[in-house]
Amino acid sequence: MSNPPAPAIRFDQVSRHFGDVKAVDLVNLEVRDGEFFSMLGPSGSGKTTCLRMIAGFDRPTSGQIFLYGQDVSDLPPYERDVNTVFQDYALFPHMNVADNVAYGLMVKKVNKSERMRRAEEMLELTRLAGFGKRKPSQLSGGQRQRVALARALINHPKVLLLDEPLGALDLKLRQQMQVELKSIQQRVGITFIFVTHDQEEALTMSDRIAVFNEGKICQVGAPAEIYERPASPFVAGFVGTSNLIGGEVAKRLTGSDTMFSIRPEKIHLGKVESQPEADMVSVEGVVRDVVYLGLFTRYLVETEGGNDLVVVEQNLKTTSMDVLSVKGQKVRLLWHRDHMNPVGG
Amino acid sequence: MRSNPEASWGLKLAALGGLLFLHVPILIIFLYTLTPDETTYTFPLPGITFKWFGVAWQREDLWRALTLSFQVAAVATVAALILGTLAAAAVYRSNFFGREAISFLLILPIALPGIVTGIALRTAIGGFDIPFSFWTIVIGHATFCVVVVYNNVLARFRRMQGSQIEASMDLGANSIQTFRYVILPNIATALLAGGMLAFALSFDEVIVTTFTAGQQSTLPIWIFSQLVRPRDRPVTNVVAMFVMLITFVPIFLAQRLSAQNSDTEGETK
Repeated sequence: MSNPPAPAIRFDQVSRHFGDVKAVDLVNLEVRDGEFFSMLGPSGSGKTTCLRMIAGFDRPTSGQIFLYGQDVSDLPPYERDVNTVFQDYALFPHMNVADNVAYGLMVKKVNKSERMRRAEEMLELTRLAGFGKRKPSQLSGGQRQRVALARALINHPKVLLLDEPLGALDLKLRQQMQVELKSIQQRVGITFIFVTHDQEEALTMSDRIAVFNEGKICQVGAPAEIYERPASPFVAGFVGTSNLIGGEVAKRLTGSDTMFSIRPEKIHLGKVESQPEADMVSVEGVVRDVVYLGLFTRYLVETEGGNDLVVVEQNLKTTSMDVLSVKGQKVRLLWHRDHMNPVGG
Repeated sequence: MRSNPEASWGLKLAALGGLLFLHVPILIIFLYTLTPDETTYTFPLPGITFKWFGVAWQREDLWRALTLSFQVAAVATVAALILGTLAAAAVYRSNFFGREAISFLLILPIALPGIVTGIALRTAIGGFDIPFSFWTIVIGHATFCVVVVYNNVLARFRRMQGSQIEASMDLGANSIQTFRYVILPNIATALLAGGMLAFALSFDEVIVTTFTAGQQSTLPIWIFSQLVRPRDRPVTNVVAMFVMLITFVPIFLAQRLSAQNSDTEGETK
């Protein structure tokens, strides 16, 4: 085997227990050098605990954590080449913006003119040039967010940790920051580990995603892989909307009663008399509910097997009058075999 | 002060009455610093004289008491600042068994009648055969001085964003740097307010001091002894006036500082 660069972060059988609660349970994980890696999961799934263990605020109960091959499991936070952007920003209220950003250099005894110069550079990178003299209390939420980012980047950490940093921003600002974070990451070339419970955010920004549930990792993969090929019913349900079909209907369609998932946008809503093409399967059903959402319409269809399936179709030619009239009618649902994804369980 | 446009006449009268009730006796003391009559309080004053200020200035015993009071208050305040801050940090940061009980026990000395604290301390000090001295007075005063610092600092800790400490460590600061650059600026005004209050409390304490002092007398004790065996009574009034003016300053400043919100000014580098 050739000698690939050591992974930025490697978890080897890492567990963190709080009393009887297994917050993180025997997790193995590799984050590659230079990637934008997201840890996605509901609250209490262990993603934040993993992040805190990488930062050093928490120690594993058992197992080891490696930072570029070096075992850092027992190092205090100030001896790790890792910096964090906190959920509540954690800016120092008694310092101005420039002193906040330069803090990492000040504690390393870098002289004042040098640290002010580099702080200004960082503020430029995060598009806050000229804000150095202000106090954090004089900034908006989005600006504080950028200060926190500049402060965490000034030491050129090997890995930057982001703990739901966009959670407190409104939707528009959040989308703007998503794009910006991604472009900053590409410019500085530092490995980013991003914790979020927002699946859309994770899909938008990440090179790879780890989906957490109940202290374990359910699946690791590229966004498209996670979305198109969820490995478990949990991933299928948590990332996007999924229809899970099992039992009799599955058996009739696939020949086995293993559960499979099908995404709502992959299902075509057809007339009940329409015939499926060769590589397609179909089920009959009755439309129970129609929600017109402008760009697309969401239908709830009760199938003959008793499953409720969600179907999403774009309103390319239809109007709200057309789609609403479908309610209560018998329809045929058709989809490609390829889009069915076995999830086990 | 309220911005209510008009309080009722009854309320205004009650407020005025309350203020007069509290402060007229103090003004009477000020008035009688000027009386030429040595032993009795007669009204109206038989005349006006400033000689008692001079007499007070030359009294050796008075200066000794004043110096002792200053020293005791200073040492007790320093001890309270250190112990109170450490106790507040422990109660705030960690979650150990009996934390609430410890918090309660820390606050108890200020609620207990001074005479109980005094007797308890005297018994304990006597039981251990420790000679009464400057230090036993300091220990007595520290019991309640710690409380005011503890309360002030704990309240400030609770208002402070806990993640600041983590952020500091994350950025490479060790514990000492984190304390110096992040924690201390955050609690500085709380320390100042708590310290000044502690100083003022110690400076005019009588009851606990009578039980823990040996032969020495602090200023309040000296005043007390003057009442029992009057000699140059107006001198006592002069001293009382100065004590009031001296304690007024720190209490006033402490109140101003506590009233301010958490917008603390850091050191300017």
